[in-house]
Amino acid sequence: MLYLDPTARAIVNGLQGEFPLTSRPFRDAGRALGLTEDELIEGVRDLTESGALSRFGPLWNAEQIGGGVCLAAMAVPEPRFEQVAEMVNAHPEVAHNYERSHQFNMWFVISADDPKKIEQVIAAIERETGLVVYAMPKSREFFVGFRVEV
Amino acid sequence: MLDAIDRQLIAATQAGLPLTHEPYRVLAAQLGLDEADVLARLKSLLDRGAIRRIGAIPNHYALGLPANGMSVWNISDDAIGDVGARVGALDFVTHCYERPRHLPLWPYNVFAMVHGRTRDEVRAKVAEIAVLIGPATRGHEILFSTRILKKTGLRIAA
Repeated sequence: MLYLDPTARAIVNGLQGEFPLTSRPFRDAGRALGLTEDELIEGVRDLTESGALSRFGPLWNAEQIGGGVCLAAMAVPEPRFEQVAEMVNAHPEVAHNYERSHQFNMWFVISADDPKKIEQVIAAIERETGLVVYAMPKSREFFVGFRVEV
Repeated sequence: MLDAIDRQLIAATQAGLPLTHEPYRVLAAQLGLDEADVLARLKSLLDRGAIRRIGAIPNHYALGLPANGMSVWNISDDAIGDVGARVGALDFVTHCYERPRHLPLWPYNVFAMVHGRTRDEVRAKVAEIAVLIGPATRGHEILFSTRILKKTGLRIAA
């Protein structure tokens, strides 16, 4: 776990949204955090370089921007796990893939500019692996007010 | 719908904003636009939900929240809306979705992602959710991620 000094902590906790849409947003956001414009820019740069932040900027909503996204799961027999992971990961539309502790042990996200492409990727993975792909598209999203506290 | 310039904006900001005094002006210059255009477009994209928010995007693993538990719940259909709203409001739940069941193997229809410092912390938080939901749930499990097999960002061509 990374050590965060009080400035870094204030930035992570205080700036997970509402970054101002103004000409000098770091100056304006810094005021609320008690930091100068340059202190805030430096702080954000340190946090991204250390990996504490994945990035600093807009968090895009993949579905709203016209593409399709679908979670999918597979129950992969243990001896074939690495081979199947390679086959699944070889598809550029597979954005994330996680091993999880369950009979359904492989969970991945398929994203594509064209939603129709998702069905094609699922069919291709089933053909290549001979295993069933369970599509788990979200049918409803509930509001989450999540902010990481550090 | 998004137009070609919106898509250029997405491509130009996928790795983040320029960390400089006037980030929107720099972005505008890259795209051959005015700063005012960029600001108006970002505002509109936020209002329409194409941008969820603008700011620091934390890396949960680096920040010491490495135990990511996907809790999955078998909720009676008529209670899903109520349960989703209550679970989503918890401050340790990062995502909460309704998804289709795949019977008989997969009876779960509500997913709530829970982050914590340890697996025990995640288990304790999931137990809190179970109490909160009460009799509306007919069963749940926690699926811990044991390995990242692939991780790439959102890819949008300009």
